[in-house]
Amino acid sequence: MDLNYTKEEQAFREEVHSFVRDNLPKDIAEKVLHHKRLVKDDWVRWQKILYKKGWVAPNWPKEYGGCAWTPIQQHIFEDECGYAGAPRVMPFGLVMVAPVIQNFGSKWQKEYFLPRILSSEDWWAQGYSEPGSGSDLASLKCKAVREGDHYIVNGQKTWTTLGQHADMIFCLVRTDSTVKKQEGISFLLIDMHSPGITVRPIITLDEEHEVNETFFDNVKVPAQNLVGEEGKGWTYAKFLLGHERTGIARVGESKRELEQLKKVAAKQLRNGKPLAEDPRFRDRITMVEVELMALEITLLRVLSSRSKPGPEASILKIKGTDIQQALTELTMDAMGPYALPFRPEARAADWHGEPVGPEYAGSAAAVYFNYRKTSIYGGSNEIQRNIISQMVLGL
Amino acid sequence: MDFIFSDEQQQLRDSLQRYIGKEYGFEARTAIMGSKSGYSDKVWAQFADMGLLGVAYAEAHGGFGGTAVDTMLVMTELGRGIVIEPYFSTVVLGGGLVDLAGSEAQKQAVLPKVVEGKLLLAAALGEPNSRHELNCVETSAKRDGAGFVLNGHKAVVLHGASANQLIVSARTAGSAREAKGISLFLVDANSAGVQVQGYRTIDGMRAAEIKLVNVKVGADSVLGPVDAALPVLERAADFAVSALCAEAVGAMEALNAATFEYLKTRQQFGRPIGSFQALQHRAVDMMIHCEQSRSMAYLASVKVQSQDANERKRTVSAAKIQIGRSGRAISQEAIQLHGGMGVSNELAAGHYAKRLAMINVTLGDVDHHCERFASAA
Repeated sequence: MDLNYTKEEQAFREEVHSFVRDNLPKDIAEKVLHHKRLVKDDWVRWQKILYKKGWVAPNWPKEYGGCAWTPIQQHIFEDECGYAGAPRVMPFGLVMVAPVIQNFGSKWQKEYFLPRILSSEDWWAQGYSEPGSGSDLASLKCKAVREGDHYIVNGQKTWTTLGQHADMIFCLVRTDSTVKKQEGISFLLIDMHSPGITVRPIITLDEEHEVNETFFDNVKVPAQNLVGEEGKGWTYAKFLLGHERTGIARVGESKRELEQLKKVAAKQLRNGKPLAEDPRFRDRITMVEVELMALEITLLRVLSSRSKPGPEASILKIKGTDIQQALTELTMDAMGPYALPFRPEARAADWHGEPVGPEYAGSAAAVYFNYRKTSIYGGSNEIQRNIISQMVLGL
Repeated sequence: MDFIFSDEQQQLRDSLQRYIGKEYGFEARTAIMGSKSGYSDKVWAQFADMGLLGVAYAEAHGGFGGTAVDTMLVMTELGRGIVIEPYFSTVVLGGGLVDLAGSEAQKQAVLPKVVEGKLLLAAALGEPNSRHELNCVETSAKRDGAGFVLNGHKAVVLHGASANQLIVSARTAGSAREAKGISLFLVDANSAGVQVQGYRTIDGMRAAEIKLVNVKVGADSVLGPVDAALPVLERAADFAVSALCAEAVGAMEALNAATFEYLKTRQQFGRPIGSFQALQHRAVDMMIHCEQSRSMAYLASVKVQSQDANERKRTVSAAKIQIGRSGRAISQEAIQLHGGMGVSNELAAGHYAKRLAMINVTLGDVDHHCERFASAA
């Protein structure tokens, strides 16, 4: 066992570091680092830069345009990008639906969709949750009926993240109501520009438009957009969830937020001394930092132990989101009374008004409330505990 | 970077695991705990035969030239079996101090005997007022001809009553909490003026209060640099802390396994209590605590060998913080989930909890290491 990086790994980190330093647009990094509002073009621009370099899909097999990196290299890459303030690569196409298409899709689906995902030509959204189907996802009702060479889709999806930008959505739909609920689900790729689709914003606690409700009213979907077999959608969905959970640890981003928190705490004063030197506040930061150090090694252990992430990956989701939330909480607390001013207009990149309070004051509380989502999305942390309890502990 | 243990390391781990499973069961352990010395000569001799007592020392000193990772593997198995033999006090902390601070002659005089199982050591570092601070030394060492005279009170010396030789920190210069002025001495436990009051500790081990009254030692008993032993003392203590973290992980694993087994077999309301979600989620949190602790024990065992003192201190302190918090959380939950059985001294679960609690207060608790972590930034 050796937890020091090898010379090759250090050289790789250096290579990623210089590339990100030289190619990550300053205006985008500025937004990410200061919690300003990102627009669609910010994500797409960065993804296209990575695409040109051949680094946009580290998790893909080489034959499809992936990097064939070792798990350690993938971690180094995510670590460097996250730390530098690169926006998160949108996971819906590259991380989530692509592995499903690669493993279960038709020849046509692979040839048509995968290159468009790789080049960020299509923006993807996820159509899983419904108003009545959250943690009990298999109870979903959005219905697809086969009519000739089309499916007719009726129903509703919700919590569609950034669905307002989406060109495509992958949906779990019910194709059979007469069998066991898991066996009547199919996996369908739907064009978001189809007639009959309506997207309605849901405004979150930070007054941002990040999620949506998506309505399907007699939407016609070509049958060639069905992935794999009808009725096997649940199997594909479970396959996909495993892919989502490793990235969800977000170690690099948490390291960045920890650094920012320390800077904030060094500037804020308590009894005339930097808050960072106040033992009460300092120890709260230490507790999170230690958990983050441990999580990084836990992540590397999970990545190194097997080719496909197993149920242990649920640990990464639980602990990763615990840490992300704790950091937003501490950053808000560090502001003291300046956590109160709420100025959504100040989060626009082109806003040049007079700031109120310290630099972080405008966004700390908003980010804190926004991040309550992390322990709920991607399979709530309670569902993750159910998974570990059943699959790992055998309870 | 890799997480792979070599064949030799796996063999070492497996053979020790088999031995403890066969020879060091709960009843055997209870019998040893009740014996006069609190450890077993027979087991100790077998440890020597298995090569366990020289894992981390150089071959030139009778050892096997292993690293802190080898020590980690051994300590994890000792933790899994809640073994109460004086391995930590003699081999890890005592032997570690001699190995890191000693002259070649001192190493030759001490380490081969330790490896053969013929010499027990104890590190007398703490004092009634020192709490966890290694630099807080009031025991004095005054020059006396070519040698020194020691006076003072060393507190909670692990296995202090059974040790043949003591490693004593004493002040040769400076005031009580000054970093400079600390020296280490290798003292024969039989020396005139060494007064030992041995007692049991709640985790089944032994410790002692040791009073030094005009104890005369020769110049050759000085271990490491005069007046400037604190850095090497901290290094040896960090090595010992990394080993304790590994021991704690073994104890956590065993305690979790026992608890999860109990959840599967204990029936109430006509079904196993492990079928209740309120308990399942707590079990999962115990498992996560153990995995995070294992990650930190791995990291500490590697970084304790770092030449960068700040990196070493930060990582080892971080590991001790994690282990302290996780050990406490797991212990309390394990007792609670065992219900009434959890508070019975007849069940192993509580004994794991006791050991984990004592590991937390050995060589610095969570608060102590939080302070140290911040100052090594």
